[in-house]
Amino acid sequence: MSALKIKKGATSHSAYNLRPTFSDTVERHTLAVIVDNEPGVLARVIGLFSGRGYNIDSLTVAEVDHEGHQSRITIVTTGTPQIIEQIKAQLGRIVVVHQVNDLTVEGPSVERELALLRVTGEGEKRVEALRLADIFRANVVDSTLDSFVFEITGAPEKVDAFSDLMRPLGLQEIARTGVAALLRGE
Amino acid sequence: MARQMTGAKMVVQALKDQGVDVIFGYPGGAVLPIYDEVFQQNDIRHILVRHEQGAVHAAEGYARSTGKPGVVLVTSGPGATNAVTGITDALMDSIPIVVLTGQVPTFMIGSDAFQEADTVGITRPCTKHNWLVKETERLSQTIHEAFHVATSGRPGPVLVDIPKDVQFASATYTPPEKTKVSHYQPQMEGDIETITELVEALETAKRPIFYTGGGVINSGDEATKLLRNLVDATGIPITSTLMGLGCYPASGKNWIGMLGMHGLYEANMAMHDCDLLINIGARFDDRITGRLDAFSPGSQRAHIDIDPSSINKVIRTDFPIVGDVATVLKQLTDVWTERGRKVNSEAIGKWWAQIEEWKKINCLAFTQAGKTIKPQYALDRLEALTKDHDRYICTEVGQHQMWAAQYLGFEDPNRWMTSGGLGTMGYGFPASIGVQIAHPDALVINVAGEASWLMNMQEMGTAVQYRLPVKQFILNNERLGMVRQWQELLHGERYSHSWSDALPDFVKLAEAFGAKGIICNDPADLDDAIMEMINHDGPVIFDCLVEKHENCFPMIPSGKAHNEMILGENASTKDAIDAGGAVLV
Repeated sequence: MSALKIKKGATSHSAYNLRPTFSDTVERHTLAVIVDNEPGVLARVIGLFSGRGYNIDSLTVAEVDHEGHQSRITIVTTGTPQIIEQIKAQLGRIVVVHQVNDLTVEGPSVERELALLRVTGEGEKRVEALRLADIFRANVVDSTLDSFVFEITGAPEKVDAFSDLMRPLGLQEIARTGVAALLRGE
Repeated sequence: MARQMTGAKMVVQALKDQGVDVIFGYPGGAVLPIYDEVFQQNDIRHILVRHEQGAVHAAEGYARSTGKPGVVLVTSGPGATNAVTGITDALMDSIPIVVLTGQVPTFMIGSDAFQEADTVGITRPCTKHNWLVKETERLSQTIHEAFHVATSGRPGPVLVDIPKDVQFASATYTPPEKTKVSHYQPQMEGDIETITELVEALETAKRPIFYTGGGVINSGDEATKLLRNLVDATGIPITSTLMGLGCYPASGKNWIGMLGMHGLYEANMAMHDCDLLINIGARFDDRITGRLDAFSPGSQRAHIDIDPSSINKVIRTDFPIVGDVATVLKQLTDVWTERGRKVNSEAIGKWWAQIEEWKKINCLAFTQAGKTIKPQYALDRLEALTKDHDRYICTEVGQHQMWAAQYLGFEDPNRWMTSGGLGTMGYGFPASIGVQIAHPDALVINVAGEASWLMNMQEMGTAVQYRLPVKQFILNNERLGMVRQWQELLHGERYSHSWSDALPDFVKLAEAFGAKGIICNDPADLDDAIMEMINHDGPVIFDCLVEKHENCFPMIPSGKAHNEMILGENASTKDAIDAGGAVLV
């Protein structure tokens, strides 16, 4: 192959292009996807994300129209603008997907998440936990002599902040629903 | 008129109502009720393959050569998993296929029953859509919906998984016209404003090019007709991907050959230097674009595609047009005509002069000398001796496939069946069977490499059983030629496992199946041998022993741009440097 002037044993070449050219600014988008409520639909959506290497930060799903057999999947994802466009287009071509809305683009929108936190502690810590819960407007939904279960609703950042504060005060366990989001009225 | 029938009968009735005349399949426990119904009718012909992968490829060959969906019937478990490669192949190349699989009875699903597999789970990522039908009431509607999904929008494979108890139970049959209208209705018309902007750009472009793909062929004959009219009326050069060969005739005056990794020099240079690139039904595949940041650097890009996810996936597009190729080409032609059918003729004349300079390097030149057949020579002779026949060509995957694309000319769509996206070795032979079933009197040739061909050689049984005169034209270099080429060029000539040490005697192999075998190793005998193959009324294995170390050129090494091609030793490289200032590595 000397006639072709290719260096012998050159391994820098590959069967694929190894130089991605996309922008690397990562954006966070909230997508609302209306789907037929049928077996396997969530697997289709999740399989798309894992198969194509997209990120899922949060995902919630529940039936929203019992008569019409439709569910709403709310997905919070991150990626470059090009990837976000791809995610929307790829979701759109799933046969059982009726509609894909990018709430981040179409916004403004409201995002809410619910979390349950069990905090155990005694004395001053217990009082402090209760005081902070009051500030965050979290409800006590279960109580023993040495524990509380708090219920908090809010934007994901508020839930983050609350759970960060609870950690030194005896946070044992947390359950979060993931984000539900809706466009604001005009 | 409600008609009660068993699920198994419903399957056959639904296929008849969908206009299916042939299915490719292999029976097994979980589809016995359907096979029993197939036995008791004569409207639908069943072709018994020898492996389920072969059934899907045969259905693909049928679909691609007719434009109609191909239908496959296989059993549960291994029947379904064997079909997965074919299904994935059809997905990558957008071929409409309806696969019906048997499943264990509904009450046994999840119990690890004999020949149970999670078929819808396994095939979810490799089908356009799939269904597990748990009630016989829903079966006929689901099959009709499956045909709709497979054939509308960007075509693709779909799968309907039918448990055995659903096949036995009875319910009311729903004919296609009574089936609920699907919400899946892809957008056909393009955005007229964007189309008008594209026409404006086309009127002034100095170096425009049409870059067409399989989407034109999938869109149908009307798309091909509109494309040819538009190309000839505008005088703009046209190139095509591997998948799109035949949408514009190879003998047409504006044809500049296939583009891409093993595309023609003039086509790749024109892609690199153009100022307006009009992509019609292609998808900027990585075998086409080469290095992305150096792809067609000075051009505005238009992209017509029915699949919105294809647009802006890898290449930023200035004129994104989502729609069916035929519909959009009609709109585009109308707008262009209304505005007075203008093009920048003077500049396009210069553009053609430049392209003619590139053509002069004669990138496909080769020298047939000595007693060993060059693979290029073999295809050159095959082209000369078969081009006037009613001819269909299939290929396997590898060097022979690229040479076939380079040296054979395609005048019409649906005449060229090759595995593009997935690159499935073993595709061509069963595909040729599907093509021959659809076109019993045509000359169907599978250009193969010996390694690919061996991957589905069991289908000789099918070819012989149905007396299908498919010609297996094997370019035998006793090597995995393309792997060997990459190892030579990029892996220090360490030929790791890229040769076959125990090849069969192909003539004896053909005879063992009751077919004809021909061997040829002398260039002087080649024409006679090819004629003997063509004139034999039955399946033929043609063992063409070729030069073992021939490389396939031109070649864009990955990570390189379109203007950084490697050319063969016979190309007139001097002219190229003079003409285009190209960097040849």
